[in-house]
Amino acid sequence: MSAQPATGDRVLETDVLIVGGGVTGTGVMRDLALRGIHCVLIDRRDLNAGASGGNHGLLHSGGRYVAGDPATAAECRREADILKAVAPECVEACGGLFVAVEGDDPAFAARFPQHCLAAGIECAAITPAEARALEPCLSERLIAAYAVPDATIDPFRITLENVNHAQQLTRSVFLAHTRLERFVIEHGLLTSAICRDTRGGETTVIRARQVVNAAGAWAMQVARLAGCNDVDLLYSKGTLIVSNARIGGRVINRLRPPGDGDILVPGGTVSLLGTTSQTVADVDDIHPTAAEVDHLIAEGAAMVPQIARTRFVRAYSGVRPLLKAAAAGADGRKASRGFTLFDHEAEGLANFATVAGGKLTTFRLMAEQTGDLVARRLGNAEPCKTGTAPLPSGDAIRWTEPGFAPRYWAARRQPGDLIVCECEMVPASAIDAIVENAPGAESRMSLSAIAMRSRVGKGSCQGAFCSLRVTSHLYDRGDYDSSEGLRNARDFVARRFKGVAPVAWGEHLPQLELAEALHCALLGLDQLDDNGGVHARTGMQPP
Amino acid sequence: MIKESRSHKAQLLVIGSGFAGIAASLFARARGLTVAQVGHSGAMAFTTGYLDLLGHDGAGFADDPWQALVRLRENEPRHPLARIAESDIRAALTGFAKTLGEMGLGYTVPGSHNLLALTPAGTLKPTLAMPLTMEPAIAARARGLDTLVIDFIGLNGFSAREVVANLSPRWPRLRALRVGFPDMDSGAEVYAEVMARALEVPATRQRLAERLGPLLDGAQALGMPAILGMHRPDHVHRELQSQLGVPVFEIPTMPPAVPGVRLRELFEIQLPQRGIVFEPQHRVKSIEFQAQGIVARLEDPFGEVIIEAAAAVLATGRFTSGGLRADPNRIREALMDLFVHQPEGRANWYRADYFDPRGHAINRSGVSVDEQWRPLDAAGKPVDARLFAAGSVLAHHDWIRQRCGAGLAIATACKAVESAERMARSG
Repeated sequence: MSAQPATGDRVLETDVLIVGGGVTGTGVMRDLALRGIHCVLIDRRDLNAGASGGNHGLLHSGGRYVAGDPATAAECRREADILKAVAPECVEACGGLFVAVEGDDPAFAARFPQHCLAAGIECAAITPAEARALEPCLSERLIAAYAVPDATIDPFRITLENVNHAQQLTRSVFLAHTRLERFVIEHGLLTSAICRDTRGGETTVIRARQVVNAAGAWAMQVARLAGCNDVDLLYSKGTLIVSNARIGGRVINRLRPPGDGDILVPGGTVSLLGTTSQTVADVDDIHPTAAEVDHLIAEGAAMVPQIARTRFVRAYSGVRPLLKAAAAGADGRKASRGFTLFDHEAEGLANFATVAGGKLTTFRLMAEQTGDLVARRLGNAEPCKTGTAPLPSGDAIRWTEPGFAPRYWAARRQPGDLIVCECEMVPASAIDAIVENAPGAESRMSLSAIAMRSRVGKGSCQGAFCSLRVTSHLYDRGDYDSSEGLRNARDFVARRFKGVAPVAWGEHLPQLELAEALHCALLGLDQLDDNGGVHARTGMQPP
Repeated sequence: MIKESRSHKAQLLVIGSGFAGIAASLFARARGLTVAQVGHSGAMAFTTGYLDLLGHDGAGFADDPWQALVRLRENEPRHPLARIAESDIRAALTGFAKTLGEMGLGYTVPGSHNLLALTPAGTLKPTLAMPLTMEPAIAARARGLDTLVIDFIGLNGFSAREVVANLSPRWPRLRALRVGFPDMDSGAEVYAEVMARALEVPATRQRLAERLGPLLDGAQALGMPAILGMHRPDHVHRELQSQLGVPVFEIPTMPPAVPGVRLRELFEIQLPQRGIVFEPQHRVKSIEFQAQGIVARLEDPFGEVIIEAAAAVLATGRFTSGGLRADPNRIREALMDLFVHQPEGRANWYRADYFDPRGHAINRSGVSVDEQWRPLDAAGKPVDARLFAAGSVLAHHDWIRQRCGAGLAIATACKAVESAERMARSG
């Protein structure tokens, strides 16, 4: 039905093309590679550019879903146990508490242990005093508390490990900034995918025997490119805020029907307070607002009063791609957190699959079921191995872990290895390792791509200063010889700003003001010309 | 430690030690007033040493700041610079630059056009006057001199290759080279401030010149990070130029950096010598407007300091220097909780796009003043006849986007002191 690709374009051959570089797509990639299958993974932007990079990194015990969705709750429990075993370096088994405060429904709280029991989730009733002894930050107005085996997972590291492992196993390939433009469909098969590099504009044709759509919030659009109208998603925007320092050792959940500001999740050296839920029509251009931040803080402070006085360094938003269930209507909170694997055979396609919905905690199971379908279609009889095979780590993919870089730097004692990100103590050698070997590494790697693979820009300066030091280091390495490096730095700080502005008050505002003075008044990043010149308009000639 | 309370009397109290506060004190002394200056100078180290008057006219970089001022008067009549006669602005800036020169930090004479100054990233920014240690870059670029730009092993965040990559479209014959600083070339991190102080020593200077000489390799000029001395930069600069036989110019490094520290240390030494009671390390804790005079209190490690004055100039700067403070949904003036002109609610402080050319509304917030530079309350009445304000704490400007920080500070300080003089003498 479509024209053949033009000659002269780059052509890649693979067993399986996977669209979407989130935790699900990379999970499918690794699942298939463990069965000996070669994959090409593409993403329009980069790894974890959607919901996989916009969540709170919670590895659910399942407690959150026991009341409304016991099947998902049990699934979370099983999957969390598997991930704790196969990827311990990505997981912090910090434990979690569910707490109710004065004003919350005591009957809802009282039913919690039975629900947990039914879903097979460990749940220990503790007194409010015991809860406060475990987590002194908790409100004095607690009326009920339960301990559950919640944990946290580094969603960036697990994604990087997935890709890294798949590269090692079958020389599978990840292509960043590669946008799927259309499919060539012949006799009920997607025979090739025509893709465009969003940076340079070049066309790549990917010929694959099977195509997996794991595009998350964009899965509906990708399915439609294949002529399939059976994927129907609800977009639910969720906003979270990041504190400057960690609050509490455990995950703290509000014990009430799911609502905004009901969870505080530690993430290494910081904590993440979430989450709002707002149905949106558009999945692109999603940004947090000041009103959402104020609302999260007001709600969160009921559980943990110090939240009202905490310095927050950033807000961010993700879009939950939820499967539309007839009963749920347009309410994102009530839509299922379960997932669906579409084989699209009823749509007349024999080599296309879409996996949609689900959650970070259940990504491995989503990948397993997708892998089973794809392997069967390819005539590959290897069983899924992700349930037991450990995820290997590597030099280029361990820099997202909070506190790793300073430990590494101190242990290595190389005085010439300068620190390029002072907030997170990231040394220049980390940048070198990422630029040379991380999944998606390439020449002229952008600052955003480096930041996704490290802690650069995640500290209290939010990239205002380290972006410039890292950029200088990239120029020193010879990666750039034009204004492109500086333009990348500009684009990076402009993106970070979207998350900083909604939390800019108190101690944080002076930092933002200083950053703007540096970026604009001094360096003139607001005047940079994208066409290679240094300044957009000077009209000025030297005397 | 024995603590004792000390008190000072002065005709004029200046609160804040940034460019506006320093300029206010110097102008007041020049008028013969007795001056006490307090309040910390934290943001001074973040200046590059460039004296901007008006570098951006709303559409783009401005070649002629005086012409841009004419447009500013038409388009933004409430802008502090729009309320000052051109001749007064010129006199204030020329006087200030001259005073800096007399104190030992040579500056170019503010002229009719902006100069295009180098930045640490190799971009160019328009400014009205610059330290003499940086000035040779202007002629070297105008003449298209074959120029070597160096950086140093271990000096973090300054890359000669970056400067050259960004600058070469506007300065074709540039090349970059990395050099080891004498005795600091092990590869370990080195600091610009330490290098600058080391270059005050003639032997170090000699050794650096010996290293650099052979590297010039035909280059007609040399650009380097701003490390040419801390207290006698002009002397260090002249010596190095004569040792190398080519023009040498400094490029500011990422702030906080040597050019800002030079200014801070210069003022710490020079202001007391000019008879100014100078307490730049501590903030005013309280201020009272009593019938017989203004009483400000602060605390230093030796105890309480009380300053009595007849008039006061508030020059405490914005958020970075602590003059303004942001509650979650309201901007406050930090010392006296003066009325602050501001956008309604945090959602309106910033635009969606960081680099929106229209700038952010929060940057135009600040203290509103009357024609005598007296802060106004919510009803538009002067807060006190003896209180004046100057510098970036004022409302209705965007010094960051308009590139008018130093000019705004110096010109408004001059006017505020002029207005305050009568009250100061009445004490």
